[in-house]
Amino acid sequence: MSTILPPAAAGSDAPNDPAIDTGRGAGLWRSAFIRLRRNPQAITGAVIIGVFLLVALFAPLLAPYGGNDLPGRTEITPTSIPGPGDIDGFPLGLDRFGGDVLSKLIWGAQASLLIGVVSTALGLAGGMLLGVLAGGFGGWVDSLIMRFVDILLSIPNLLLAVSIAAVLGQSSYAIMIAIGVSQIPIFARLLRSTMLSQRGADYILAAQTLGLSRRTITMSHLLPNSMGPVIVQATLTLATAVIDAAALSFLGLGGGLPQTAEWGRMLTYAQAELGVAPQLAFLPGACIAITALGFTLLGESLREALDPKTRTK
Amino acid sequence: MLRVIGKRIALLIPTLFGLSVLLFLWVRSLPGGPATALLGEKATPEAVARVNELYGFDRPLIVQYFTYIGKLLQGDFGVSISTGRPVLEEFATRFPATLELTIVALIFAIGVGIPLGYLAARHYGRLVDHGSVVLSLIGITVPVFFLAFILKYLFAIQWSLLPPDGRQNPRINATHYTDFYVLDGLLTGEYDAAWDAFLHLILPGLALGTIPLAIIVRITRASVLEVQNADFVRTARAKGLMERTIRGSFILRNAMLPVITTIGLQLGLLISGAVLTETVFAFNGIGRFLRDAIFGLDYPVLQGFIIFIAILYALINLIVDLSYSVIDPRVRVQ
Repeated sequence: MSTILPPAAAGSDAPNDPAIDTGRGAGLWRSAFIRLRRNPQAITGAVIIGVFLLVALFAPLLAPYGGNDLPGRTEITPTSIPGPGDIDGFPLGLDRFGGDVLSKLIWGAQASLLIGVVSTALGLAGGMLLGVLAGGFGGWVDSLIMRFVDILLSIPNLLLAVSIAAVLGQSSYAIMIAIGVSQIPIFARLLRSTMLSQRGADYILAAQTLGLSRRTITMSHLLPNSMGPVIVQATLTLATAVIDAAALSFLGLGGGLPQTAEWGRMLTYAQAELGVAPQLAFLPGACIAITALGFTLLGESLREALDPKTRTK
Repeated sequence: MLRVIGKRIALLIPTLFGLSVLLFLWVRSLPGGPATALLGEKATPEAVARVNELYGFDRPLIVQYFTYIGKLLQGDFGVSISTGRPVLEEFATRFPATLELTIVALIFAIGVGIPLGYLAARHYGRLVDHGSVVLSLIGITVPVFFLAFILKYLFAIQWSLLPPDGRQNPRINATHYTDFYVLDGLLTGEYDAAWDAFLHLILPGLALGTIPLAIIVRITRASVLEVQNADFVRTARAKGLMERTIRGSFILRNAMLPVITTIGLQLGLLISGAVLTETVFAFNGIGRFLRDAIFGLDYPVLQGFIIFIAILYALINLIVDLSYSVIDPRVRVQ
């Protein structure tokens, strides 16, 4: 019914009115979106992510050189690395391999966001599968899955990712899978607990009274109504995924050529030159931190917007 | 109380059992299997066959598992591939370094985090509050290893205030009994050695402590905000109690429960952080050893360490749970 409202009315407090809230799911998300639009924190986060996303998508057009190219190979000597503005054509200077730092940062945005998004999608999919099975079936299925999740949770996240990456070998795909799998327990737990808390709700009882099958109730009623916290978590997890991806490639698990354009990898090789060329560490480090900040800001505003305690405001 | 502890430890057994199965399967799924991991990728087939026979890798999986778990239960975690020494011994010599580092990091995180979070809540919406919110946001989003770089560059390279790496200046001829360098220096009366070891701990400690600090600030702030408007605080004010008593014995004490839970949960972060921090500062602790183990695919080390951490994690959470009843007598341990 809320579609009848003209767009102008959507900006008012009307969607928060319980009488208009149709309970079809649109009311919650729509009013959350309206609150997000008014929140400067959310806007900042969205702008940051938007900028990095555009840079990542248009990397081939924006970057002066390819990610693994070494256009300035002849310009570097063992004792000197040209810094920002030292040579024409390389606005942010060169790294020790002779790569253009600006190009590598741009290609690095693509690599980092790709790893972050793919691994979070993997973790989300795996976690939702386990969470739905546990929360939907209950009983021994629930116990079995949750014990498994407990075991995974007893290993620190980064170590878990490292152990998985060790099996898969050194490559960026290994990093994606490793981070994705290490996120499964969090999503599984979150979805299960939200589903359990919804189980006694009146609308579920109503659905049961109507004689709907367990599958329909779980998939069409329980799951959509339990997705809020999971989506918030996914946004926040994107931040940790970008940081963890950088950490794993910083530790050297990324594979490929040493000059590969990846923010974490750039930091690894900046280590030796910290005294003479600190920008080689600061630029990629700042990129990682700002991307993570964008996802965190957006995720936390989303959490606030979806929180029933703040919804009435 | 004893029964509770016993019950909790009993609950730990299935988790550890599951973990041992997972780790066992993990080693078997390493590229080329455990024999190749031991010998390196260029091993001849004959050598692989000999190692398989020697270590029993050619026997049925179930037999191998029981041999493995039998050894584990006797405290035999195997031998490190890279150093050839027992894993447990390797941990024992390196653990004090990491523990020392973790203690400094935690003292920093708790010592700054709780007061800052408390101040932010007391001055809600004012400058201190906004400052602490921004600070904790930065703490969460800046990667540990990048923060380590910044600290190292500023304090060690640019201003030369603190040592850039290592645990102690090698020129100091210090006596070591316990491998806790600061403690050793204090015990032997070599105060300059203790001081030097302490200086080496500051930068890695700050880097490692920042994420827990950010989390502690947020939780303390949120918790104090909730408690300071509670009915019992209003009652205490109405009774005319001194403001100091209200803040100390009423607000802070009641706000501490979630904070302590959070501190207990920081262990995983601290361990992951230690791997990265110790790498940047060339600090010879467990973290750096693990990093080398990851590269050399030193699976007995990784395996042993993960089990060790899982047990430690569970024990810390048990201590945290038990400490509730000390802080808040209303919580009865069940």
